[in-house]
Amino acid sequence: MADRSDTLLAATRKGLFTLRADAGRSWAAAGPPAFLGEPVSALLSDPRDGTLYAALRLGHFGVKLHRSRDGGVSWEEVAAPSFPAEADGPEDATSVDMIWTLEAGDPDTPGHLWAGTLPAALFESRDHGENWRRVDALWRVPERAEWFGGGYDDAGLHSILVDPRDPARLTVAISCGGVWKSDDAGASWRLVGQGLRNDYLPPDRAYDPGPQDPHRLAHCAAAPNVVWCQHHNGVFRSEDGGETFEEIRDIRPSVFGFAVAAHPHDPATAWFVPAVKDACRVPVDGRLVVTRTSDGGRAFEAFGEGLPAAGCYDLVYRHALAVDTTGDRLAMGSTTGSLWTSADGGQRWAAVTAHLPPIAQVAFA
Amino acid sequence: MGQVRFASSLQRHLACPPGPVAGVSVREALDAVFADNPRLRGYVLDDQGRLRRHVNVFVNSRAVADRMRLSDRVRPDDDIHVIQALSGG
Repeated sequence: MADRSDTLLAATRKGLFTLRADAGRSWAAAGPPAFLGEPVSALLSDPRDGTLYAALRLGHFGVKLHRSRDGGVSWEEVAAPSFPAEADGPEDATSVDMIWTLEAGDPDTPGHLWAGTLPAALFESRDHGENWRRVDALWRVPERAEWFGGGYDDAGLHSILVDPRDPARLTVAISCGGVWKSDDAGASWRLVGQGLRNDYLPPDRAYDPGPQDPHRLAHCAAAPNVVWCQHHNGVFRSEDGGETFEEIRDIRPSVFGFAVAAHPHDPATAWFVPAVKDACRVPVDGRLVVTRTSDGGRAFEAFGEGLPAAGCYDLVYRHALAVDTTGDRLAMGSTTGSLWTSADGGQRWAAVTAHLPPIAQVAFA
Repeated sequence: MGQVRFASSLQRHLACPPGPVAGVSVREALDAVFADNPRLRGYVLDDQGRLRRHVNVFVNSRAVADRMRLSDRVRPDDDIHVIQALSGG
């Protein structure tokens, strides 16, 4: 998988769009969109067998999951994660509201999948999505009583890191419910994330790892102990797989944002897309930039070449910044339907389109 | 005999031809349809078996009263209409 990715997928509020790069490295739509008109909340291009998965959040008819084994030419519906029926179900018994993230599981077991949902729960499939099982050990942690919504009414699980050295070691992040680790494929969990800091709770709980709002986690595939976190209150980096974090301050133009992408080979390099602050989720001064550190977070550069320099109000959601397996090619999509790519590690960007529906996720395939 | 009919907005997502009304409650009639078309269940009911928030079910011209258990009674010659609410899209 060392080649540049020439296929890019964008999950949007009104369909799944596929783009391809030509020899001149300009991107263009490859065929009509799938699921046109339907909200696509998450997607996975599975590197193990090439299968595509697309999660829908139908306004009337609930959460659905579709699978393609031919690169998106045809799709079939498979089971979607769902909560077990509760006996004499109380009126507030739970249903899956949205699939927020899909991740490949064990590298040696194609078809082993993880899904994170709203409300915050982790689901596992071992058969390419034919059946799903809620990971009850995480659902039953006592700390869940204090989880709360961040951006949505319910808390949600949006980041799932599978340790490539040992796929039984999982790290997940919940808004707002902190960072959790399992060493036994989900059978038991412990709350981690010492060093994460929030400003939105009483001061004596600022460093309580329980009610943290990590917006997104990303790890370096070649050095997975290095975990980057774009948090509600700033940027954090871990060198011990998320057990502890150090806060990185003084990033220009801002430490606030949603997305983070980690370089696949270089644990010192990561990218972020800053916005003003939580109460004003737009680019600072209307100028869109991508920030990059190449030295483990000591220094950051802000790159704006090819991005709107003024009058820009695009926001990049937490799954809408992606880097390919080379670390050279990046893509990002915005809430106002703009899609940009970079071929030089994020230094210069080129607009692909400004006319897509709001973008939830981009992914290379 | 009455029939269970599904809105065209639902047929856009999966095949759901009309089926006979079997049973004495809306729940029984829908369960009979879902037995032959299990994927359809998740489009109409949520994870807990309640009517989805943005789906409505009518017995003839009357909206069902019990959206949780779907205990509204039906007669063999009633028609059941499963439609989308105009909210929630």
